[in-house]
Amino acid sequence: MPAVVQLEEIHKIYDSGEVPVHAVRGVTLDIASGEFVAVMGASGSGKSTLMNLLGCLDRPTKGRYLLGGTDVSGLDRNQLADLRNQKLGFVFQGFNLLSRTTALENVELPMLYGRRRFTSREVRDRALHSLDIVGLSNRADHFPSQLSGGQQQRVAIARALINDPQILLADEPTGNLDSKTAVEIMGVFQKLNDQGITLVMVTHELDIAHYCKRNLIMRDGRLVSDTPVSGRLDAPVELQRILSAEAAHKLTD
Amino acid sequence: MRFLNIIKVALRALRRSAMRSILTALGIIIGVAAVIAMVSIGNGAKSQVEASIASLGQNIISVFPGNFTTGGVRGGWGSASTLTVEDAQAISREIAGVVAVSPEITDRAQVLANGLNWNTLIRGEDITYLDIRIWSVTDGEMFSEADVRSATKVCVIGKTVANQLFPNMDPVGQTLRIRNIPFKILGVLASKGFNYFGQDQDDTLIIPYSSHLKRIARRPNLNSILIQAQSPEQMARIQQDVTDLLQQRRSGREPDFTVRNQQELAEAATATTKTMTVLLGAIAGVSLIVGGIGIMNIMLVSVTERTREIGIRLAVGAHGRDVLTQFLVEAIILSSMGGALGVVLGVGASQLVSKLNGWPVLVSTSAIVGAVAFSAAIGVFFGFYPARKAAQLDPIEALRYE
Repeated sequence: MPAVVQLEEIHKIYDSGEVPVHAVRGVTLDIASGEFVAVMGASGSGKSTLMNLLGCLDRPTKGRYLLGGTDVSGLDRNQLADLRNQKLGFVFQGFNLLSRTTALENVELPMLYGRRRFTSREVRDRALHSLDIVGLSNRADHFPSQLSGGQQQRVAIARALINDPQILLADEPTGNLDSKTAVEIMGVFQKLNDQGITLVMVTHELDIAHYCKRNLIMRDGRLVSDTPVSGRLDAPVELQRILSAEAAHKLTD
Repeated sequence: MRFLNIIKVALRALRRSAMRSILTALGIIIGVAAVIAMVSIGNGAKSQVEASIASLGQNIISVFPGNFTTGGVRGGWGSASTLTVEDAQAISREIAGVVAVSPEITDRAQVLANGLNWNTLIRGEDITYLDIRIWSVTDGEMFSEADVRSATKVCVIGKTVANQLFPNMDPVGQTLRIRNIPFKILGVLASKGFNYFGQDQDDTLIIPYSSHLKRIARRPNLNSILIQAQSPEQMARIQQDVTDLLQQRRSGREPDFTVRNQQELAEAATATTKTMTVLLGAIAGVSLIVGGIGIMNIMLVSVTERTREIGIRLAVGAHGRDVLTQFLVEAIILSSMGGALGVVLGVGASQLVSKLNGWPVLVSTSAIVGAVAFSAAIGVFFGFYPARKAAQLDPIEALRYE
């Protein structure tokens, strides 16, 4: 499997404060196509910074970052924006949907900023297809405020998928969701991963990390652990278990 | 991002806070309306002044008697009594580019007719006078060259005189008496209204200058000589030629005449109203700039409020330029919609002022185009700083913004 992401001795130092903050201290990492990686660590461990670097939202201070074989560490603002648009998909903890904008229009957003021109019909069709993948095509005309947290996150996932990214990045995607909805979202991710999409997510919940295939642990800006997941959880099975537990609870209540 | 989409997003953002958008645009609305109303009123005044000056006649040079000094006492302008019909004839004969000359002699006198009397200005003029003054006889006819040659006792009367002496009958063909001398009325002049100085131009009576000199004034000298030049370009030259000619005819005596150019009066008068227009427009323009600052203020608030939205757009691949365009278009829509409404309001206000006060109002297209273009420019100018601020946001920090 070719590596989608290759990090070589990546450093990130923030100079803005009085004391320079060395957030990432030499991370070397390969992520192959089709992997499903969870990055874990305490707050301040540098996992979010690493995520921003992976997502081309930020540039490393030192080191090389190859995305799909091309070096992206020296690109300028606009080139990084194009990369984010074409090769990367983002899912955030807070969903980050545009309010007062329908689910469909939210999903269309990355296509509007693409350098390729599409007809509005193409844009619409692809956005609907993307919503269909996350099972929300029947909610296309709803506004975020009319959707549950889980549904909003699925719209965000549909938005991340619309430009067929090489890699899907999720920053604490289940952080704002209850455990059942979290499992549902992990189910969506597992399904996408089964279809061949590479996923990297940050989480601090150990059980959520167990839905992934590979777990990385960061501490003080360094990778301290890199292990394949044993006893991986299967979202549909877990969901079924939760549902029957709920049902049993109601019976005994 | 396609332009149509940009407009759609901008309109949605403006609609989201409709009240705020309207209040922001109000600054521009009032500014544009004020500019248009002020310039319209100023232009109206200017056109009125120009019209009243044009009614005096075009390209006119006047010769007035000058200072007359006897025994060291200087009489001031007009005291000399040396302007003669021969001077007028010499000007007409010898100076090129002169279209018409009219020797002019004026006196106030009591006029009797029809059992009524009226004090009015008796003008002695040549037949060219009506052409020079762009005037005409509506009823009857003007006296003829033969009348001037033989100093006939005929006259044409102004509308006011006609109304005062012949309230309910046709004056043409009637006789009136000036200083007890009977004059036959040949015609009635068209109404000319009040002139720039507020004088009733219709309160007059015109007789041949020869008749005036011989029968009414009974003196040899003229009050003035009216000269009409062929074109405005020749006025300066003719003015000089007239001066030279009259000086030559006085063979070395102290100049006892003065030659004035009506252009100077016209220029002074229009310059005054023009200054007023510019001044009013400038004051109104200040309110436009204040409106622009209002737009900048609200756009800055909007950028802060929508930091997260900007972050999302940047994260999914918007270039700084896209965000800049987005906010700039919003500011331009805000200001040009304000401009359009301001035009409607400004034109309406001008019409209202003209209806209520009876002022002449001239809504000029250039003021409208100028105001709208200026308001759009204000949108660009005052929208640029907030838009650039938005475009330069760091996507990570923008996304984290609460």
